[in-house]
Amino acid sequence: MQTDTRTTIEHISSPNGVSIAVLRFTGDISTASKEPVLGAWQTVSGAGPVLLDFSKVEYINSSGIGLIITILMEAGKIGQKVAIFGLTPHFQKVFTLVGIGKYAGLHKDEPTAVAAL
Amino acid sequence: MVETTGTCVEVRLPSRLGFEKVAMGTAASVAQLMGFPPERIEDLKTAVAEACINAIEHGNQLNEKLSVGVILSASADELEVKVMDNGAGVSKPPPTPDIDRKIHGEEDPRGMGMFLIHALVDEAEWVRDSKGKGSYVRLVIRLDKEGE
Repeated sequence: MQTDTRTTIEHISSPNGVSIAVLRFTGDISTASKEPVLGAWQTVSGAGPVLLDFSKVEYINSSGIGLIITILMEAGKIGQKVAIFGLTPHFQKVFTLVGIGKYAGLHKDEPTAVAAL
Repeated sequence: MVETTGTCVEVRLPSRLGFEKVAMGTAASVAQLMGFPPERIEDLKTAVAEACINAIEHGNQLNEKLSVGVILSASADELEVKVMDNGAGVSKPPPTPDIDRKIHGEEDPRGMGMFLIHALVDEAEWVRDSKGKGSYVRLVIRLDKEGE
């Protein structure tokens, strides 16, 4: 019933040459997403800034939001920047409601997110 | 527009995570027939999903022999959703989630379902069966929300 989560990791460069890891999520972000979400995060944790791409995610529940908070918690401990883009207007509202916007920029699209890092 | 006033739709879900999406889809379909705007339907979908997840995980403890009942009742200006399980219900509301405490590891990163439900619908109440035979959450979303 739940759509699997798939995460692909890409490395891009900002206009000023900073290497940025982009975790591109597809499917649902829910209870069953722990390994694909946190496993992908572990591979880029401790490196440069990270973007989380939700543009191909249609369903996120509170367990999935908990996974994103876990990423932000771990990033905060080591001073690693994280920004988010591609949320639907509804999930942009939900992420704002729970306060995620305080710890990660919520951007409309990838260029805007890259520019803000 | 299909006439929906007085309509009641009932769904029974197995207590298995993922099946909350069946209730989400049903609630969205009824709300669409009633003429709710798309952004309110999205609010309703998330609230219904979180209510069902709570019922599956906490109420029925993921026991697949138990089902979660979802009743959607449409009136002229509001949609009421009851999500029922076999659990004892909520004795006291959990504290409002605090993102700062979560980020600093002082609070479970999860635990935002009830907060989201409250934030996204017009009314939410948790009711314990007086005979101890289960509990339900009752959600109401009103059609005139945008005009307020």
